[in-house]
Amino acid sequence: MKAPLLISLAVAGQVTSSYAMDIQGSIGIEQRSFISNAQFPEQGNHQTSLTIEPELYWSWNDQQDAFIFTPYARLDSLDNERSHWDIQQAKWVHLQDSWEFELGIGIVYWGVTESQYLVDIINQTDQVETVNGDRKLGQPMAHLSLIRDWGVIDAFILPGFRERTFAGKKGRLRTPWVVDTDAARYQSSAKQKHVDWALRWSHSFDQWDIGVAGFKGTDRTPILQPSANATLQPYYQQMWQLSTDVQATFNEWLWKLEALHKEEQEQSYRALVAGFEYTLVGLAQTRYDLGLLLEYNWDQRGLDAPTPYQNDLFIGSRLAFNDEDGSSLLIGLARDLEQMSYSGRLQGSTRFGQHWRLNIDAWLFHSNVDTDPLYALRKDDHISVQLAYYF
Amino acid sequence: MKQSMTTLLFGATLVGFTTLAVADQGTTEQTDDPAARGLSIMQERKARDTGWQSSEASLEMLLTNAQGQTSSRQLRMKNLEVAGDGDKSLSIFDTPLDVKGTAFLSFSHVNTADDQWLYLPALKRVKRISSRNKSGPFMGSEFAYEDLSSFEVPKYQYRYLGEEEIAGQATWKIENIPNDEYSGYSKLVSWIDQQEYRVLKTQYYDRKSALLKTLQFSDYQAHPVDTPNGERKSFWRANQLSIENHQTGKATQLIFKEYRFNTGLSEADFNKSKLKRAR
Repeated sequence: MKAPLLISLAVAGQVTSSYAMDIQGSIGIEQRSFISNAQFPEQGNHQTSLTIEPELYWSWNDQQDAFIFTPYARLDSLDNERSHWDIQQAKWVHLQDSWEFELGIGIVYWGVTESQYLVDIINQTDQVETVNGDRKLGQPMAHLSLIRDWGVIDAFILPGFRERTFAGKKGRLRTPWVVDTDAARYQSSAKQKHVDWALRWSHSFDQWDIGVAGFKGTDRTPILQPSANATLQPYYQQMWQLSTDVQATFNEWLWKLEALHKEEQEQSYRALVAGFEYTLVGLAQTRYDLGLLLEYNWDQRGLDAPTPYQNDLFIGSRLAFNDEDGSSLLIGLARDLEQMSYSGRLQGSTRFGQHWRLNIDAWLFHSNVDTDPLYALRKDDHISVQLAYYF
Repeated sequence: MKQSMTTLLFGATLVGFTTLAVADQGTTEQTDDPAARGLSIMQERKARDTGWQSSEASLEMLLTNAQGQTSSRQLRMKNLEVAGDGDKSLSIFDTPLDVKGTAFLSFSHVNTADDQWLYLPALKRVKRISSRNKSGPFMGSEFAYEDLSSFEVPKYQYRYLGEEEIAGQATWKIENIPNDEYSGYSKLVSWIDQQEYRVLKTQYYDRKSALLKTLQFSDYQAHPVDTPNGERKSFWRANQLSIENHQTGKATQLIFKEYRFNTGLSEADFNKSKLKRAR
């Protein structure tokens, strides 16, 4: 009896354009090559990676309930720390019109700006993946959303902490002393079992999209402390923060703001990123749209901040080709306004046929101040070419 | 006979609201005024397409380049009728596979810019996008965003141009001048069939008044729906929309597979926070 039932479920799924079960995903190959020779003898100049990310989706109860499972793995030819796997999503989702609940491992994104992800805090950054930190590690959570006329309330309970990934001895884009991720220490005696929580209100009205959030728990960004055996030990302190993210959309102008106030163990500080994206639609009578981006990054800690974005101006340009292959190109430069330090990026992407996408990323770093976080990366200019097959 | 009566009636009602305009023209016979005649036909077109509440459809988009090579994408669209404003629509992409799960939410408005959000599944990120792009291509096709936005009477100024026959059907030919300064067009010319007030063809003229695109509607099908006021009414939808760009030689076809009406969609299904759930 079971087989016909499953078939009829699948058929019903097709008819109502919903899927009782669905598998999709991608397999990719990436070549990353560095322009300058390595600073440290163990490091290499080239690395090749294979990645896989399937997503399995089961739904029942007319899609009001679903289970989503998304494992991810990377195998890297050079860096053992970059070869890793993660459960990006493994969660049960229950949907109602005015509320939603999810339980399990998931990824949540907050924010509006391009140059950095300042207020995005729920998930740990999977730092070995990309330079700009847009890949995250799956976070265990219980997440309730209440959807009301006056906005959406998201409440999170976050049991279980994910440690940041760092490049290994042979890997590039690292600090001179390797970060020993096995030696992580915590302020909280509960260590990785500390239960964090977060609350967010967000709302869209007219041209405005606004979010206000609070988070209390283990800081996603560790302090890196030198140890006796010439390594850096990550130290994860307790903190709380209040943040806001705002976008105002006025025709060709997108005005963006992310700001936060953070209370840490020893200090408190504020930081913000604010700017705009102006789009020239149909540039010079073509199909192309050209976006001009300008964002100012500020951190109250000044030159002591562990981020390069303490007093930096980001200028960029995004070209959308609006072609059938969804091609796009982003060029950006973040320039420090206090010291001689900058980073530049080029990110291009296009599709081939129905299954293939090509991504090209290039980064360059310059700094002549040895206290600047970018100083460690000054020999790590590189180009990365990724070809991914989607199924 | 019935149609012309309706037109007359609408023309007459309209005069009540636009006495100034009509007085300026100094006409006594309302239907002789091409602006009033065009407007009344378009008002009837809108009246006949009011009351469907919600619809869902899956469709194939076929893109053809100047060399005749085609590529296809599958998507689903959900629409919600909004009384007194533009409709809400949600498009979900199933292919190409690298954008599977991408969802596009649009609240179209009569007098102000549309609100648009895009959900990018790879980053789990919902982005509010610039509404200035209405003249830009929808997902690389020859359709501009504004071509797919809901038809609302106050979006244009009208002029009745005469009668013409298209594929054996009597039509009214009407000029539409967009009110929105951000429209990519100087004018549209549409052919409305006199029987059912369906658009059979639209020609788009670029901002330099050169003919840009021709859109043809075919394979119309009537969908009976119980409207909120208890009436059972038929709504016409074309199963095939073919648009050709005369300046580039490119073309796009939309082939609708399963239109369903009044599927129980509500405002809640078009909330920005539901975008990440779109399947």
